[in-house]
Amino acid sequence: MRRILALLLLGFLPLLAQASTEPTMLDPVSQKRLVDLSAQLRCLVCQNQSIAESNAELAVDLRNQINEQIKLGRSDKEIVDFMVTRYGDFVLYRPPFKATTALLWIGPIALLLLAVLVFYRTLVSRRARVDERPLTDAERAETQRMLASTGQNKNPS
Amino acid sequence: MRKALIYLLPLAVFLIVAVFLLRGLWLNPREVPSPFIDKPAPMFSLAQLTQPEAKFSPADMKGQVWLLNVWASWCVACRQEHPLLVELSKRKAVPIIGLNYKDKPDAAKGWLAQWGDPYDLSVKDIDGRIGIEYGVYGVPETFVIDKNGVIRFKQIGPITEEIWQKKMLPLLDELRKTGAAAS
Repeated sequence: MRRILALLLLGFLPLLAQASTEPTMLDPVSQKRLVDLSAQLRCLVCQNQSIAESNAELAVDLRNQINEQIKLGRSDKEIVDFMVTRYGDFVLYRPPFKATTALLWIGPIALLLLAVLVFYRTLVSRRARVDERPLTDAERAETQRMLASTGQNKNPS
Repeated sequence: MRKALIYLLPLAVFLIVAVFLLRGLWLNPREVPSPFIDKPAPMFSLAQLTQPEAKFSPADMKGQVWLLNVWASWCVACRQEHPLLVELSKRKAVPIIGLNYKDKPDAAKGWLAQWGDPYDLSVKDIDGRIGIEYGVYGVPETFVIDKNGVIRFKQIGPITEEIWQKKMLPLLDELRKTGAAAS
């Protein structure tokens, strides 16, 4: 029993570690906002991590910034805008839709539509080429004759 | 003939992709386009490194074209660009203000004593707040600020001789020619 309890307590250790990097605690709702916001923002020092994941000093500072701004009652949009005016659209993992990013957003859909179109047209043209007319009697007789003449028609129908 | 063209299509697609990938090899993912270009430099008022009782604000530099260089004694790449900055300051090429970013004042002073002080003055951004205002993420960074206090260029990472000669010097000359807007 004590062993299990010890193991359970061990599970709380990471919480302690996190508490040390965040200077002040927030209420659960704000805490969730902090985590959500920092997960959307790219840490520019280690570009494949979000501010939430990164341990770079800048990420810690930026988490503190978000923390402070939440306490000041700023909205999520205001906080994200704060980051964008300083670090550019690149901080957003979800880039905004505008002229420079249109290709990024529309590109995959356009390629998919193009592929569907090409696929459809290929099917249509193939159907046009396939001759589904049943054989006439003359053709059938001709076929039988050809099969018989090669000597491979062991099982005439 | 038309059929041949269709068979060439994959090759064409491949070539287009290859051109983009080739271009990508020479792009530096660390060089994120700064949203600050042609925007007013954020204001601050910070204590100076060597004279802590005196303050400095970008407003003090109005009417001059100057560099704001973000540096720290812990920053390895700062050492790399340092000789060039010292050289520029000897030549009095341009006023250089240092933003000593997240540093210990004693360590910073020691660093300047050891490697030379190219700065007209440095200010202490101990908690990195002004760094955030300027969107700093890779020290060293250098901002070229014009006579009206507008940021015209940002160098992320060390300034090299090539960048100085090809980009910064021509820009500085051009900015010096244009007068400050009456304000």
